[in-house]
Amino acid sequence: METLEQIKSRIEAAVPGARLEVIPNDSPAKQASLLVDPTCALDVARFLRDDPQLQLDYASNVTGVDWLDTAVKEKVKVKKVVDGAEKEVEETVEKKRPGYLEAVYHLYSIALKHGPVVLRQRTENRTDKTHLASLTPVYRGAEFQEREAYDLYGLIFDGHPDLRRILMWDGFKDFPMRKDYVEPDDYEYEPTPHDDVLEKATRHYAPEVKI
Amino acid sequence: MSATTESPPSRNYEILPKADFNGALDGDVLEVSMGPQHPSTHGVFRMDVVLDGETVLKLKPVFGYLHRNHEQIAERTSYLASMPYTDRLDYFCSLTNNWAYALTVEKLAGLQPPERAEYIRIITAELTRLQNHTCLAGFLLMDMGALGTPLMYAFREREKILDLFESLTGARMMCNYMRFGGCRVDLPEGWLEQAKKVVESYPGFLDEFENLLSSNEIVMARTQGVGRLSKDLAINASITGPMLRACGVNYDIRKVDKYGIYDRFDFRVPLGDHGDCYDRYMIRILEMRESLKILNQALKDIPAGPIMDPKAKLRAFKPKPGEVYGRIEAPKGELGFYLISDGSASPYRYRVRPPSLINLTILEDMCLGQSVADVVVILGSVDIVLGEVDR
Repeated sequence: METLEQIKSRIEAAVPGARLEVIPNDSPAKQASLLVDPTCALDVARFLRDDPQLQLDYASNVTGVDWLDTAVKEKVKVKKVVDGAEKEVEETVEKKRPGYLEAVYHLYSIALKHGPVVLRQRTENRTDKTHLASLTPVYRGAEFQEREAYDLYGLIFDGHPDLRRILMWDGFKDFPMRKDYVEPDDYEYEPTPHDDVLEKATRHYAPEVKI
Repeated sequence: MSATTESPPSRNYEILPKADFNGALDGDVLEVSMGPQHPSTHGVFRMDVVLDGETVLKLKPVFGYLHRNHEQIAERTSYLASMPYTDRLDYFCSLTNNWAYALTVEKLAGLQPPERAEYIRIITAELTRLQNHTCLAGFLLMDMGALGTPLMYAFREREKILDLFESLTGARMMCNYMRFGGCRVDLPEGWLEQAKKVVESYPGFLDEFENLLSSNEIVMARTQGVGRLSKDLAINASITGPMLRACGVNYDIRKVDKYGIYDRFDFRVPLGDHGDCYDRYMIRILEMRESLKILNQALKDIPAGPIMDPKAKLRAFKPKPGEVYGRIEAPKGELGFYLISDGSASPYRYRVRPPSLINLTILEDMCLGQSVADVVVILGSVDIVLGEVDR
């Protein structure tokens, strides 16, 4: 199979306006991935599926990943005036990387028996701009898995034919696989509450009335 | 019951399901909720079925009754601590689940299990495939109305294999046997001889089973031409395992990825050509015979030696940052694990790619236009385990 760089340049030639980026992977598995802009993701997927050299006709795994806001420390060289002379000094600057949600697709080819090519889509943030393009029109196998990513991560796949909760019940409000999810108190299920649970349970008692 | 007059579903898929109603649609439209306590659903699983008379107009699977967020539980513990929990995914095939997880973590950490461990893994995985397919055949026949007897035949054989698992791992179903870089314990004394006996007696059972059932008139009438699935739709909908091969697609991960040491064994991949329930049943019977071939070779060739990679660490196991997707051919299809490590002791992202759930994507397409009694047979031939569907 071609390298990811070659695939990237061929996609950029075939799909007008496609913005792609190769995300390296340092683990021994070396499965690097291709970051796709949601606006052109469907066209890229269609190209990957129909291209005679790739024929990635099988979307094996589709899932979501949650990345929280993190502080990244970077070393920056800054020019400063030290003791009257200008010098270059290294300083560590803390940069804030805003969090985002990610959808990851592992594509294989059944016809040519190669793979995986890993596609990623990223949202702008974790709160209100969580829209991504659904690849279900190209890969039907993504249908339930995208529904699951919606259910557990709150990723909204535009163009999905039936985007409902799949594992949690319909009235459920939160997204339980997010890293900052806090489960509700389950004091009711503890027959004899003790320690932490007892403390939580007291919050639910009615205030004592003194006569 | 609410009576609705909805037309068959139209969705914007590029490959549309084709249903043949033979112009036989009249009578009242009825919405039936099959499950979650229906005996044919093999667990707590529900189908919302819209029926016209006995013909299925619409079918929506509903899951989640057994959901316990396996993935998040795994993200909160160490890598090794979720190994016993993978047993509970597909509780019929705990050893293949263990292998898929161990294989993925080994890819992530760069471990290589020694020769003997690879052989033990193949032997246990193929025994697992044998007992899973045996059970499936029994359950499928029970779904068709052959109450009890074939299932008891199947369970009699399965007991022998579970006895082998018990003497090796200490547990019959929840084996928790593989470790990153090898296996937990070595084979006990006399285990290989016992396994050889089981493997030798198995073709006799398969012949008996096939004599009874494969050309049985009722079995053929209930399964042939029922629940057809086309090649293109099967590939597009990511169907894997015996379901895919029954449509005639030659794709077996044991042959494609050659994980473990599968490239050393001589076996063939059986393929169907109609993609109906009968083909799915026959593929599994034929796959068992191929598994027996692998077992015969592996039990003969297994070398002596260590069973753990000396580089493997059981305590304070922290793989380098990175991500990996690993997959194996589990008896039900492609079982994959997707892991992201951030360098800490627990995985940042832990994802199971469940074959049972994804094989249900086309349940509606297979059932449209069939009678409601066939839905039971079609669901039985998909081979689902709810522990894996809901996770």
